[in-house]
Amino acid sequence: MQRRHFLKNTMATGAVALAAASGLLVPVQVLAWNKKAFDAKDVQGAMKGAIGTELTEASDKIKIKAPDIAENGAVVPVTISSTLSGVTSITILSEKNGTPLVAKFNLKGKAEAFVATRIKMGKTSNVIAICESGGKFYSARKEVKVTIGGCGG
Amino acid sequence: MAKSSIKIRAKAKDGVVTVKTLISHKMETGLRKDKKTGKVIPAHFIESVDCEHNGAAVVNAEWGVAISKNPYMSIKFAGASGDSVKLSWKDNTGKSDSFETKVK
Repeated sequence: MQRRHFLKNTMATGAVALAAASGLLVPVQVLAWNKKAFDAKDVQGAMKGAIGTELTEASDKIKIKAPDIAENGAVVPVTISSTLSGVTSITILSEKNGTPLVAKFNLKGKAEAFVATRIKMGKTSNVIAICESGGKFYSARKEVKVTIGGCGG
Repeated sequence: MAKSSIKIRAKAKDGVVTVKTLISHKMETGLRKDKKTGKVIPAHFIESVDCEHNGAAVVNAEWGVAISKNPYMSIKFAGASGDSVKLSWKDNTGKSDSFETKVK
């Protein structure tokens, strides 16, 4: 049910953006927090909850900028940008976190495919970025080594 | 009114506005324990962040507990100097804050 609801919403985004551009309505559409996706303990579950599928196509058009070695796992700067056209959402996952889903950024209207933030990582793992473009999902990953207590990676 | 929890810098360059924002929030995961009492500190984190450009939504972010303490977020969108940018957040205890500024 939630999945269906979600898909509907993503498909509606294009229409909303159009309406916003023409100034017809002011869409302040706040979705309820996606508890199921954020509580998922594995990557598959988190992906299904967040984007409705666990199948993504690897793409070199997504760039993840993150440190190779993060000294402090509590603050890992991550920047995601993409040259894909019409990106409507960017999802960030940290593969080995207790709950892998970090955040989902729903882009609307004039937003560009660019997001930078700082995330927490439990241990060394892949950071996965998923971009949604034209109803399809593209992903890229990058390994970030997390050193805790300075004992080296 | 107390000082806003949100700091925003918005700058326009070549028709693209870059918004950088810092929110003051402890982003408690609900997994940590209080060292003195041994009790689990309840989760307290920002669930959603909305950014509006001239009154139209541009980004709606859904966050989990894995966003760092005192979150930083940067986004970009097409716009120009003098436009208004509004950022608001809401956490899992129902608290919220918002801040509006002009693009430089």
